[in-house]
Amino acid sequence: MEAPAANDVVLSVRDLVTTFDTDAGRLTAVDGVSFDVRRGRTLGIVGESGCGKSVTALSIMRLLPQPMGQIRGGRILFEGRDLATLPPAELHRIRGGRIGMIFQEPMTALNPVQPIGRQLSEVFLLHRTKDAADAWRRGTEMLRKVGIPAPEIRMHEYPHQLSGGMRQRVVIAMALACEPAVVIADEPTTALDVTIQAQILELMQALQRDLGLAVVLITHDLGVIAETCDDVIVMYAGRVAESGPVEAIFDRPAHPYTRGLLDSIPRLEGTRKARLRVIEGMVPSLRDLPAGCRFQNRCPHRIDRCATAPALEAVGPDHAAACHRWRELPPR
Amino acid sequence: MDTPAAPAPLLQLENVQMHFPVREGLFLRSQRSCRAVDGVSLQLRAGETLGLVGESGCGKSTLGKCIVRLHQPTAGRILFAGTDLATLGQTALKPWRRHLQMVFQDPVESLNARHTVGEIVAEPFVIHGEGDARERRERVLGLLDKVGLPAAAADRYPFEFSGGQRQRIGIARALALRPRLLVCDEPVSALDVSIQSQVLNLLLDLQRELGLSYLFIAHNLAVVKHVSDRIAIMYLGRIVELAPADELYASPRHPYTRALLSAIPRPDPRGTRERIVLQGDVPSPINPPAGCPFHPRCPHATDRCRVEAPALRPAPGHADHTVSCHLDL
Repeated sequence: MEAPAANDVVLSVRDLVTTFDTDAGRLTAVDGVSFDVRRGRTLGIVGESGCGKSVTALSIMRLLPQPMGQIRGGRILFEGRDLATLPPAELHRIRGGRIGMIFQEPMTALNPVQPIGRQLSEVFLLHRTKDAADAWRRGTEMLRKVGIPAPEIRMHEYPHQLSGGMRQRVVIAMALACEPAVVIADEPTTALDVTIQAQILELMQALQRDLGLAVVLITHDLGVIAETCDDVIVMYAGRVAESGPVEAIFDRPAHPYTRGLLDSIPRLEGTRKARLRVIEGMVPSLRDLPAGCRFQNRCPHRIDRCATAPALEAVGPDHAAACHRWRELPPR
Repeated sequence: MDTPAAPAPLLQLENVQMHFPVREGLFLRSQRSCRAVDGVSLQLRAGETLGLVGESGCGKSTLGKCIVRLHQPTAGRILFAGTDLATLGQTALKPWRRHLQMVFQDPVESLNARHTVGEIVAEPFVIHGEGDARERRERVLGLLDKVGLPAAAADRYPFEFSGGQRQRIGIARALALRPRLLVCDEPVSALDVSIQSQVLNLLLDLQRELGLSYLFIAHNLAVVKHVSDRIAIMYLGRIVELAPADELYASPRHPYTRALLSAIPRPDPRGTRERIVLQGDVPSPINPPAGCPFHPRCPHATDRCRVEAPALRPAPGHADHTVSCHLDL
């Protein structure tokens, strides 16, 4: 792999702001998020329910629930265009073509009343060919590539006839069908058993190597992040708390939230029945966000200054954290 | 058991089976069975946590429901403090129910949305005719305090609480009748990472304080290892390995246990272990493979594994570590 350089950036998100209009008023689910995704690399977005990681993915794809969800600010730069403002007709050509998507629940991502083959051919008919037989042939080839045995037979089957792992392979085949530059995977293995998860993660890594893909992987599982990602952003309550190369995030976490997360997970090599470190309290509601740092009500290092929002500042090479006190925190 | 003066087990399962009928064919006449639990024997000691691990469909939740008798097993014995609960009718069962309670995975669906938290936690007292209204109220407040919820929670409804708090309500309800055994079925799987550790700490504190025994059912081996004294690994309705938690982690014997351990993504980006990736999917319990249930996915399977089902037997040199595999790995 070439050394990452600025021209390797395939997708660049700048100051993204996404809001939802609800009965309780306008809620800001994503509030000024920026990141770059590079060719051949995997960017992990990690955080807990409601932190805005899935809304970030839906914003990039422009698949926000309408009319409640709207991009209110920022740019999503991809192949010389700003996806945040692109007209729908042009978006259709990019979605499923240059940008592939993998969702959490393969059963809901697939149409239950159409054979796999028809759904897979449709991707080619939309983006690549007018010839139905050619599309079918390409679909069969794609199933073979994602490791589905007897693809000629599977093409005629319906989603319910496949296991969860096989269904997720079909979804991956659809996402990769048109040789996208970027794949966005939102919790792609969360619904799967751990031995099947291992198969799917291995498949995604092999395909990424072969195709030089850039991947955005959204997950709540720090283990999946550690094993599959090159770069990580940690989100909390709609903002980036910390970002950096995966080793830096796990070895030298700078933000108290990242530290708290890493300390609170039970580890196989840990002491049994010892009390786990916890992050006290819970994530604030988007309806009732504190002014300033959003982690302050759970933070053991809180001071008066935390009432003003900290900016992301560099704490190491390519490594940034949004905390006023990162310099003073005790070593872990 | 070869430990001297080992206390009698609190719970002893002997060859428990739960086969569900599957009707199909013309007029639903042909009948096969889904062998969800297919001959499980194990013991749970007083004050102990036994972890039960396996993937979707392995029968771990069904086994948990048999133990608290939400299912009546089709065969086998469930000895609780010496009495066989497996065949008791509803009336005979009622006095036993207080001793075995269950904590469910989904804290949204397992709480009645139309009842206040106080009513939910007090319901076991009502069912078992304990105390008057004032006494019940007092005990409810005591239980809420024990699980870390404010007294004001009693007059609110489940939807007003977060997932972690709802799980605390479910635990308070399960503790109401001072049970001796809690069957916890994936109690933290639906919770966020930072909330998981809060609930795990609560369960550990309650065990120390009340001398509870837990059957802790989960698919996350790291979570199970953290809370368990011993761990049983289940595959297609059977126990394939059972050992003290540290021992199971340090020297797993069954090829399935090894694959399971190696498949867990570790939160360490420098990890260099070799991952065993199993091929294929778990077979259906309606038509389980002949011989060892794991043989179609096992990298070490021999001809013998294809025809003869291995029995659970002690691993050489470890009386407390049993494994069902023909091979000495």
